[in-house]
Amino acid sequence: MSETTINEQEERQFYLTEEEHHPEGSTLLGFWLYLMSDCLIFAVLFATHGVLGRSYAAGPSPADLFDLPLVAINTAMLLFSSITYGFAMLEMEKNRKGATLAWLAITGLFGLAFLAIELYEFYHLIHEGAGPMRSAFLSSFFTLVGTHGLHVTFGIIWLVTLMVQVSMHGLIEENRRRLMCLSMFWHFLDVIWIGVFSFVYLMGVLG
Amino acid sequence: MTPQTHAPVHEDAAATHHGHSHGHGAGHGTFKGYVTGFVLAAILTAIPFWLVMGDVLESKLLTAFFIMGLGVVQIVVHMVCFLHMNPRSEGGWTMMALIFTLVLVAITLAGSLWVMHHLNTNMMPMSPEMMKNMP
Repeated sequence: MSETTINEQEERQFYLTEEEHHPEGSTLLGFWLYLMSDCLIFAVLFATHGVLGRSYAAGPSPADLFDLPLVAINTAMLLFSSITYGFAMLEMEKNRKGATLAWLAITGLFGLAFLAIELYEFYHLIHEGAGPMRSAFLSSFFTLVGTHGLHVTFGIIWLVTLMVQVSMHGLIEENRRRLMCLSMFWHFLDVIWIGVFSFVYLMGVLG
Repeated sequence: MTPQTHAPVHEDAAATHHGHSHGHGAGHGTFKGYVTGFVLAAILTAIPFWLVMGDVLESKLLTAFFIMGLGVVQIVVHMVCFLHMNPRSEGGWTMMALIFTLVLVAITLAGSLWVMHHLNTNMMPMSPEMMKNMP
């Protein structure tokens, strides 16, 4: 922005010119607001599970169903994917395209492992007759954990898209901004998972 | 705002724009920050799993208290170390949005549980025969 244009605007200013020096920050703030609204979706689903979580309809209880070692492995997968995404962001700061892509790929693999374990768990539960139609507890469980899994699925699709973008166009300003948005999304999903394993799995098994 | 105060801001933004501006936008992590966050998160995850799987504490209430407490601490660790949450990012607006959301989440959770608990206790008692004839 040159000095002359500012002087020209001095006489008449019909709108705020302040936003111009915020080229990428506003995107990240907007994305943060999206994440907060997503947080409200999960809050409602947690509240639903809190209300219905003890209504077994004479069916199986969490202590009968949940396999805690499997949940622990799942939690570890998501935590590993969080830190590997962090490493990808650090490599991005250093402008190393290859290393960024490598860490993103590892993040994606951990994410896929998480999804695979979750789908195995769901399959196992439905196979045992503990599907979402069995009781109110299982309905709310499948809705809450399924919504989280769906978010992870879309996160992986987004991750692959960005890997293609980065490999084609390099670490340009736009791709950096996109990677930072996905970084927030990915870490946010890990934050939600803390609530899921604490409130749904551990508190459920505790009874 | 007068143009005099404006000009340096624009110059500054133009200078940092090319080399990925650090002044505003979400904070940037360091290797140390990520590793610290990871180690803390791993410990804070391991303790509640150990408490439940090992059946360590006698009192269920105390175990539940620890699970939820450690969960909250871990969420704070993730927010600070991974999401680089601080009161200064985006001129404090991310923090404002977060606080507002937390208030809404608290109202949603506490309100739902409170109302539904009372609804549940005030329901007409039901015999198993009545239950069978439910639609």
